Amino acid sequence: MLTEFGKVFIFILIAAAFVAIALFAAYFVRPKRPTKEKLTTYECGENPIGTPWVKFNIRFYVVALIFLIFDVEVVLLFPWAVVYKQFGFYGFVVGAFFLLVLFLGMAFEWRKGDLNWDKPKIDIPKKVIVEKKIAPPVVDQNVSSDTE
Amino acid sequence: MYDILTNIFGNQIVAYIIGAALPLFVWILPFVLFAVLGERKVSAHMQDRLGPMRVGYHGILQTVADLLKLLQKEDIVTPAADRKLFNLAPYIVFLGSYAAFAAIPFSSIYIGSGIEVGIFYILAVSSFVVVGILMGGWASDNKYSLLGAMRSAAQIVSYEIPTAIVVLTLVMLTGTLNLNTISQQQTAYFWNWNILGGAAGSGITQILLIPFMVIAFVILFISTLAEVNRTPFDIPEAESELVAGFHTEYSGMKFAMFFLSEYANMFAVSAIVVTLFFGGYQSPFGYLGNSLGIPWLIPVEQLFWFLAKGVFFVFVQMWLRWTLPRLRVDQLMTVCWKYLIPYAVFNLLIVGIISLL
Repeated sequence: MLTEFGKVFIFILIAAAFVAIALFAAYFVRPKRPTKEKLTTYECGENPIGTPWVKFNIRFYVVALIFLIFDVEVVLLFPWAVVYKQFGFYGFVVGAFFLLVLFLGMAFEWRKGDLNWDKPKIDIPKKVIVEKKIAPPVVDQNVSSDTE
Repeated sequence: MYDILTNIFGNQIVAYIIGAALPLFVWILPFVLFAVLGERKVSAHMQDRLGPMRVGYHGILQTVADLLKLLQKEDIVTPAADRKLFNLAPYIVFLGSYAAFAAIPFSSIYIGSGIEVGIFYILAVSSFVVVGILMGGWASDNKYSLLGAMRSAAQIVSYEIPTAIVVLTLVMLTGTLNLNTISQQQTAYFWNWNILGGAAGSGITQILLIPFMVIAFVILFISTLAEVNRTPFDIPEAESELVAGFHTEYSGMKFAMFFLSEYANMFAVSAIVVTLFFGGYQSPFGYLGNSLGIPWLIPVEQLFWFLAKGVFFVFVQMWLRWTLPRLRVDQLMTVCWKYLIPYAVFNLLIVGIISLL
């Protein structure tokens, strides 16, 4: 007799086995004719320049950090939520206080601007009024009268 | 359920294996075949086109043809890629999305695993997908893949928080994490569903709860949409700028596995929404089996209702995909951190007060 988590484990094994079998089945059917061109990294048809494993935007790291804090908070709140009704108003105050403390931290992050993603800066050139002395066009009386 | 299977197959271990494979072969694979075609048909008809028409009647076998094509495609792994991680990623992604099906109650007799931490477990394993995506994107040695994977990870982990807070709201009302128990609480008629405040039970509390339950549902739906990378949150695989996102370098069956797990995920999140808010496998108006006096018909009807509700929400996801334009990255983060999370927490506190009345 398996425990309930044992059944979950069988689900995971089935999923892994399914992927393995599908990939293995394709192994017999598919061709294998690699060429130099096929094996280059795809960069819209150009020759790839440099490695992609470079420094990435620090924003992702900040998001991950804030996520970590909130996720831990949510995990801590789950047991509270399950027994919420047994504790009545006292339970509510405790939970609300916990959330309040957390949201102070969030307000701090918000104020500091860590929740703002970099927006594309649109560079609008200032309106420069250039006054040019434009010489009055020489108007040939006969031509202009014709066009009018 | 496992008892029935043990009786049929005579062996408990075989019964466990068959029971765990059932959702995959009986539901997910046919569903994906149908949903991929369905998506193309939905998009086509929304844009006044016909969509695939050649393979079979009205293109009904189009996905089968696509699958056969993918099966024959050469498997290309660039020498620059990190081969081990590159090959491991499809496993992890599919494993994460399939493991969630273990705790989803399809019917009162078919529940893969009746673990007590149900919904919490689903939240935990569905973030497993992030690992796979990040792994695939990083190992591909492709700038598009890496960018797509980064964005995808940031998006999925961010939107996990509003999801979790809304789930907390529901757990406060139901007092349990077990999805089967939550489904059982919403029995009988549709006014017992959680979206109509069913979990609160009595009269005035139930009516007061309705607007906040609707808010909770909308938040959950938006954030699950973002978690499965669907438009309007498909920045990770924005075709117009990142080619195909984290699976740019994948070809053949490995690509098919990513595709499969995306569609399996779509159904999984719909199933979560249905179970939490729309009565799970419960029928909206009584059972035919009860009125006719045929007890074995009830689980079948429950299965039908569950799948019908799930497919409806998958359809809504497709509908949104072809209606809304894509958000920008900064808008995406703003929606999550500055709107959904504060609203969800506010909603949680109000529901907490109401449920104490």
